[in-house]
Amino acid sequence: MHKPEIAITRERLLAAREMVLNMGPQHPSTHGVLRVILKLDGETVIDLDCDIGYLHRGVEKICENRTYVHIEPYFDRLDYVAAVSNDLCYVETVEKIAGIEVPEKARYIRVILTELQRIASHLLWLGTHAMDIGAVTIFLYAFREREEILKIFENYFGARLTANAFRIGGLQYDIYDGFEEQVRAFCRILPERLKEYETILNENRIWLQRTVGIGILTAEEAKDLGVTGPVLRASGVKWDIRKAFPYEVYDQVEFEIPVGENGDTYDRYLVRMEEMRQSRLIILQCLDTLRKLHPGPVMGKVPKIIRPPVGEVYHSIESPKGELGIYLVSNGTSFPERLRIRPPSLINLQALKKMAIGHLVADVVALIGSIDIVLGEVDR
Amino acid sequence: MAEPRRNWKQVLSRFLLLDLIKGLLVTFKYQAPKHCYTEQYPLVRPRVAERFRGAPRLNRDPETGESLCIACNLCAVACPEDLITVVEAIREYVDHEGKTKKKRVLVDYTYDTSRCMFCGHCQDVCPTYAIELTQEFELAIYRRRDFVWSWEMLEKGIEQPLYTR
Repeated sequence: MHKPEIAITRERLLAAREMVLNMGPQHPSTHGVLRVILKLDGETVIDLDCDIGYLHRGVEKICENRTYVHIEPYFDRLDYVAAVSNDLCYVETVEKIAGIEVPEKARYIRVILTELQRIASHLLWLGTHAMDIGAVTIFLYAFREREEILKIFENYFGARLTANAFRIGGLQYDIYDGFEEQVRAFCRILPERLKEYETILNENRIWLQRTVGIGILTAEEAKDLGVTGPVLRASGVKWDIRKAFPYEVYDQVEFEIPVGENGDTYDRYLVRMEEMRQSRLIILQCLDTLRKLHPGPVMGKVPKIIRPPVGEVYHSIESPKGELGIYLVSNGTSFPERLRIRPPSLINLQALKKMAIGHLVADVVALIGSIDIVLGEVDR
Repeated sequence: MAEPRRNWKQVLSRFLLLDLIKGLLVTFKYQAPKHCYTEQYPLVRPRVAERFRGAPRLNRDPETGESLCIACNLCAVACPEDLITVVEAIREYVDHEGKTKKKRVLVDYTYDTSRCMFCGHCQDVCPTYAIELTQEFELAIYRRRDFVWSWEMLEKGIEQPLYTR
């Protein structure tokens, strides 16, 4: 069993001038069941330890006992606010090891939906992060826009959160009538809504005092810790799997990788806001291409029982939280020998200690929010 | 952290709370009743999408009234949670030419909605569109055993409660 580094004993409590404080597991701002053990001097954090595993379901073990098709819906439950990205990573891994070709049209639809999911995930992050810090209005506004995306998902997949989005070899459904108009309508309203959030937050003195200079992570530290995603990019490292190892059709669309300068909480906010704009541009480009491809197949040739050849594969995508990777070992049967998930949230969470030491307890709330963790993915 | 130096314009705007007023103006703009996004859920039931995956249903042929299920067991195999039970039997029957033939028929069908994650794999594989996930989404019940839906329950569906003020 994992034993926290900081033992809480009566003697230590009485003798030391430091105080040990348990934050969580039932704490609204830990975004799930994360227990943070804080060692405090007054209100300043001296040391910090994360106790995880409260949401462990053994997904990797479950996957060993399911066929490749059966595993699909379990990936919705890892990062449940970005289920589509998780599904994409899984189906691509199996397609890679089994050598299944996906029709081009399906690739474009996949990218559109994954980028919509990225916007939805960032909007949820913005809302909850701002609410942790104290700006409750943003929460309601961000959820209003997210609702539009969830309506598209409901029309397309038949579910809002646990989408079970993609099938190995393509897609289950073709686009429905009015899909393009609905997505374009959302893309039309998004920039002005993002501007509204920025009007409320960017100059707000309370927001600035809570975020600027809080939890600085330099580029070197971020690379050493293996941090990926917006947290890494906010530190000034231009690293994005979509550009570095393009999957699907990301090599055919143009977009920028936003980077920050200081690597503080405010920069992480700015990077994510810019990422939403870039995602919107990707969606618009893909919609233009999709129109040309429209009457076309969305499902490739897939054998009835998927039995990939013996071997192993690692595949990673840029999920909204960072690099989501799957390492899959196949033994030639219809069950995987081993399936290991590299969740971005777990590895980004390791940076919390580096960020939080020297800051106040209230800043830990802001920092957990700024890393954007989902405990379903941390504990798996 | 050192405070950055400000010019007189910035000092004045800070003194007059302009940064906060800007944000409050956005909030004030949304006070009009036309910007209301709240759904009056129990009173007004929302329309869910056509592809929505909700409560399961086992369809009957509308013309003959016979069950569409041919007891092929594909849905039970496709289910990741293994929650569908199909009980089948071989029945002999006499066709219109007077010959005795064997036919596989459905004897019993149960569906455990408590373990279902509504992935839709069962309706994907069904060759006769017998099992279907419908737009019904109110699946709460009072007894745990009622989660297991029998064949009869799957055909008539869950009774919808009527909410009134």
